Amino acid sequence: MEKIPILRMGEFLLVTIQIDMHDQLALKLQDDLSNAIQKNATKGVLIDISSLEMVDSFIGRMVADISGMGRILGAETILVGMQPAVAITLVELGLSLPGVATALNVERGMALLRRKIDADGADVVAH
Amino acid sequence: MADATMSNVLKKSGKEIQANWSRDLAAAQASSKGRISAAELEQQAAEFIKLLTVASEHAKSSDISAPEFKAIREFLEGVSRSRVAQGFSSEETASFIFSVKKPFFAALRTDAGKDADALADQVWRATELLDALGLHTIKVYQKSREDVINRQQREMLELSTPVVKLWDGILALPMIGTLDSARTQVVMENLLQKVVETGAQIAILDITGVPTVDTLVAQHLLKTVTALRLMGAECIISGVRPQIAQTIVHLGVDLQGVTTKANLADALALALKRTGSTSLRS
Repeated sequence: MEKIPILRMGEFLLVTIQIDMHDQLALKLQDDLSNAIQKNATKGVLIDISSLEMVDSFIGRMVADISGMGRILGAETILVGMQPAVAITLVELGLSLPGVATALNVERGMALLRRKIDADGADVVAH
Repeated sequence: MADATMSNVLKKSGKEIQANWSRDLAAAQASSKGRISAAELEQQAAEFIKLLTVASEHAKSSDISAPEFKAIREFLEGVSRSRVAQGFSSEETASFIFSVKKPFFAALRTDAGKDADALADQVWRATELLDALGLHTIKVYQKSREDVINRQQREMLELSTPVVKLWDGILALPMIGTLDSARTQVVMENLLQKVVETGAQIAILDITGVPTVDTLVAQHLLKTVTALRLMGAECIISGVRPQIAQTIVHLGVDLQGVTTKANLADALALALKRTGSTSLRS
């Protein structure tokens, strides 16, 4: 069965969705990712959807759920590389994904993630 | 049913019909304000008569969609298109064809002599044919006009949505004119595509040129802002005029979470500050 790979990069996890997601796959990803975050004590998750060209409302919600889940598990989650067509579709579907952090590409996403985690770390030191 | 009489008459007195027709056309042409030369008109008239003679000789019926009429149809299409380009009205274009009736019927009458039945029959056939040809000309005329309108509409759509790069990582989109769904769609697609191409972090939507903002327009703006955010870019709306600010508040449109500025300069200053600070940090 096809599977979406979850790559570990230090304290970050990188999920690259390179195929068109179907519902089963999205549910499986949600499961795998939450387990991986738990197992690796991950601080940040980067979900790259730059190859995703089609979304429906279910996948849109799934993406939002996955990033919400990451946050609850204590990992900053950033959605990167959304295609214009996908963004337009999601907006038309009424899914504005509030609270989901986004970035234009993996590089920017990584920088943003670092910044966020640094900011959190600084807070701890300050207190 | 071969139009034997009709083609005979055309063959026999084609020259005469053409001469009379050209004279009528020349008289009418005085009002065309020099958009078309007399020589050109005469040449078109001669060509029409020639093609009509050939067509009526071979035609089995007066159905102008038949292959025998292909040449004359194409000729009329050409005439019609050039009339559109020259700025003629549909009436003037149609009367080019219909004005052949008078000299043509006169020729038919001479040919029929005292035979009223045959004359009536011939006139009816000729009328049927010429009417069909005239209508075809008008159809093409209208189509050409529609093409012109469509082209202009497309051009306007493209013209009105330029995406400008203001600074490294900052794009601006000055919007001019009323925003409707179709336009917003184009604007949104253009902008998002440009954001992907340039990797811009901030896009400024300048609505100085948008005359009114109602709930629908605000909705469209919000959609664009949301789509940009989803792609990981920020959006600032600038050029909000006092009246528009009032309308937005009165309408109860929620623009919370959207950065708005009164003018483009302020928006650019803010954008520079934001990009500047991020590049310093990373």
